[in-house]
Amino acid sequence: MRGIISTAGYVPYRRLARSSVAAFLGAGGGKGTRAVASHDEDTTTMGVEAGRSALRAVPAAAPSSVWFATATPAYLDKTNATAVHAALRMPSDVGALDLGGALRSGMGALMTAMTGTGTVLVVLSDQRDGLPGGTDECFGGDGAAAVVVGDDGPGAPVVAEYLGAGSATDEFLDRWRAPGDRRSRTWEERFGETRYVPLGREAWARALKAAGVEQAEVTTVAVTGMHGRAAKAFAAKLGLGTDVLADDLAGTVGQTGAAHPGLVLSSVLERARPGDVIGLVHLADGADALVLRVTEAHARWVPSRPVDEQVAAGAEVDYGRFLSWRQMLTPEPPRRPEPARVSASAAGRSEGWKFGFVGSRDHASGAVHLPPARVSMEGGAVDDMEPVPMADSPGTVVTFTVDRLAYSPSPPIVFAVVDFDGGGRFPAELTDVDADTLSIGDRVEMTFRRLYSADGIHDYFWKARPLRKVPPVADAGTARS
Amino acid sequence: MSSHGIRDRVAIVGMGCTPFGELWDKGLDDLIVDASTEAFASAGVTKHDVDAFWLGTAQSGMSGITLARPLQLEGKPVSRVENYCTTGSEALRAAAYAVASGAYDMAMAVGAEKVKDSGYQGLNAVNPPNDGTGRTLTAAAMFSMVAPAYAEKYGVDIDQLSDVLATISAKNHYNGARNPRAQFRREVSKETICASPRVAGSLGIFDCAGVADGAAAAIVVRAEDALNYTDSPLYIKALAFSTGSGSGLIDPGYDYTHFPECEWAAADAYAQAGITDPRRQLAFAEVHDCFTPTELVLMEDLGFADRGTAWKEVLAGTFALNGELPVNPDGGLKSFGHPVGASGLRMFFECWLQLRGEATPERQITSDKTLALTHNLGGYPGEMVSFVSVVGTQRG
Repeated sequence: MRGIISTAGYVPYRRLARSSVAAFLGAGGGKGTRAVASHDEDTTTMGVEAGRSALRAVPAAAPSSVWFATATPAYLDKTNATAVHAALRMPSDVGALDLGGALRSGMGALMTAMTGTGTVLVVLSDQRDGLPGGTDECFGGDGAAAVVVGDDGPGAPVVAEYLGAGSATDEFLDRWRAPGDRRSRTWEERFGETRYVPLGREAWARALKAAGVEQAEVTTVAVTGMHGRAAKAFAAKLGLGTDVLADDLAGTVGQTGAAHPGLVLSSVLERARPGDVIGLVHLADGADALVLRVTEAHARWVPSRPVDEQVAAGAEVDYGRFLSWRQMLTPEPPRRPEPARVSASAAGRSEGWKFGFVGSRDHASGAVHLPPARVSMEGGAVDDMEPVPMADSPGTVVTFTVDRLAYSPSPPIVFAVVDFDGGGRFPAELTDVDADTLSIGDRVEMTFRRLYSADGIHDYFWKARPLRKVPPVADAGTARS
Repeated sequence: MSSHGIRDRVAIVGMGCTPFGELWDKGLDDLIVDASTEAFASAGVTKHDVDAFWLGTAQSGMSGITLARPLQLEGKPVSRVENYCTTGSEALRAAAYAVASGAYDMAMAVGAEKVKDSGYQGLNAVNPPNDGTGRTLTAAAMFSMVAPAYAEKYGVDIDQLSDVLATISAKNHYNGARNPRAQFRREVSKETICASPRVAGSLGIFDCAGVADGAAAAIVVRAEDALNYTDSPLYIKALAFSTGSGSGLIDPGYDYTHFPECEWAAADAYAQAGITDPRRQLAFAEVHDCFTPTELVLMEDLGFADRGTAWKEVLAGTFALNGELPVNPDGGLKSFGHPVGASGLRMFFECWLQLRGEATPERQITSDKTLALTHNLGGYPGEMVSFVSVVGTQRG
């Protein structure tokens, strides 16, 4: 049996209230919220967070490959999956591939993994931009998902069996973006709809046939795609009622492009029960569909950070700051020098620290060194340490400050001295935080972020963020600070 | 292993110091020439009499050429030293040890920094190429973490602590107002200090050292030769230096309420100088008040006040110009300004003036004590270098 061993979504902490667009511009906007990647997030960092969550639930899973799919890559030419690979502390014999560019690539990666071999960590991530006041800005969203696909095995059982898939392909222009552009362009909406609805039906019919199930047996169907109107029309054509049609998170997260099939699938799987049959249809330059059956092992699968909880835990970002984060608006920076580019060789030497947040622990004294050191600060032993991964250790704020003068892409910098559970201290920058709500003694966790970019080089490293008590899911969609 | 010091073996016989400030019309070479010329004149010597030179500059130039070119020194040993904000003290330490060793008869230390050509606010360190994981915080932010930690540990109300810190700032402005070479020569009320814009944490503009250009210089000779140059030399009683391992940043045992590097340097300096009760034996002290919480904590690290009591002593006026132990009578970094490479030597310059009775009358300390202390630090809480010296007018 082959299928999904674990899955997780990542929804960034910040939400843009769509109503704030019209308040600022006088037009545009809409109802609900969209998820907004922080200024220190990109598709790679969001992918890392999703990957961490998916793997945390199945420690026994050992992927042989990492596939990273996005339509908004942090780098071209350079593989982005290698940063994900490094942040997840994967051994070098694990492959890392990008499947990028198009909105169809995420769903494609997922389907290819289903029919392939070995254990594959499929990471889907996207960050959707649009011009101020436009539909894409408002109804797009940022997010990621990670799906561990593989064969049923001890310690890492399949929680959703792959039953079959189907595709339908056609060459037509609905949505496009030239390399380097921040915004997408679209053809007249009706044209795409007339193409997508029949393509979706063809793909869905093929998937059902391949799976050997009737539509009536399907418990939940998730339909995703940037063409919202086509997705709705397709679902209506299939006669899918609200009891079957999954929440596509459009009202809270927005359409996360290449990531969305994975994100909605994660949300659906987290709520599913053994025996459920789940369909996933993604409309992008054709249509792709797959059908899964939830297994008995699902009952023992504990997602570490359910999508619904992340959706509910968001806090608002005002429209002005959102625009500055998206480089649609350039605020006056602090009068301080911008950081220099990262040295490739220095970063290469410190891969374990920089990407994996791996320190060292002195054998004799037990003292934890962050970053790793050769000579112990206690006892002075030389080269007698073992690596100590700290990324998953929560910590406590010992003291903190707000730096209003230091350079930051989004000032001010909030900075805290963090003592980790189990030993070790590190003075870390905080993120996803409102400084006026922070206190000594607050609990934090580490998160993989992009500190800044210089000369086209992204500086990836770890920050701390408040460990949040997640409100009840009944509060979903309401922002809290 | 032991730190023996060079007590009474070397004397300062001439000093110079430029006014500090935003000296848009002076370049580094001008500052160097001004301070050096004043020092030569003060000792009654010329550059040809000096056998070896040390230039302290943190980032205004590289190599001894930075000093040799403006002074046109030909063929002499000229070195550039750097050690964060203790750079100026390091230059003097090197010059004094060179003379004490017998290698040279006369040596000169020059500290100079041209900060205000960067176009940026505050001080800006230029880091070597790196992996991008280092902190990008300002010094103000690092030191701002001392205030809440101190308040918490000693049960000081945070508003009361603000008053303490404002008292320190107001005192240094009061002193600086009486110093014609200081960057900020006006008194500032505690109300103004407390209402100033925040820079980092609870620290406002008036909690931070002035960012200034400037230079200072000293000429040293063997103690037995000192009276050949001046009737009133300053004898070096102690030069102590301590460098932390940087582990304070990652050691869960460090609590941000003290600077061990400063405690170590002070203990060494007191041992070298034979000081057992600094508060009563010193006429005054020049300390590294880069930020107001730094000066507060230093009062305890240097043994001027018991742990947890410096805040009360500050409020009681112990360290005011007319107090029991005046601290920073020249206005300190706060008011005199902080040209990084010059600051350590600027502190010696105040000792040179005060102990010889040459300070402006409004700030001249009248005391029968003959010893003064300078304390200079560089770096941050948890990752610091520290220097402490004692100088005096009496040999032996």
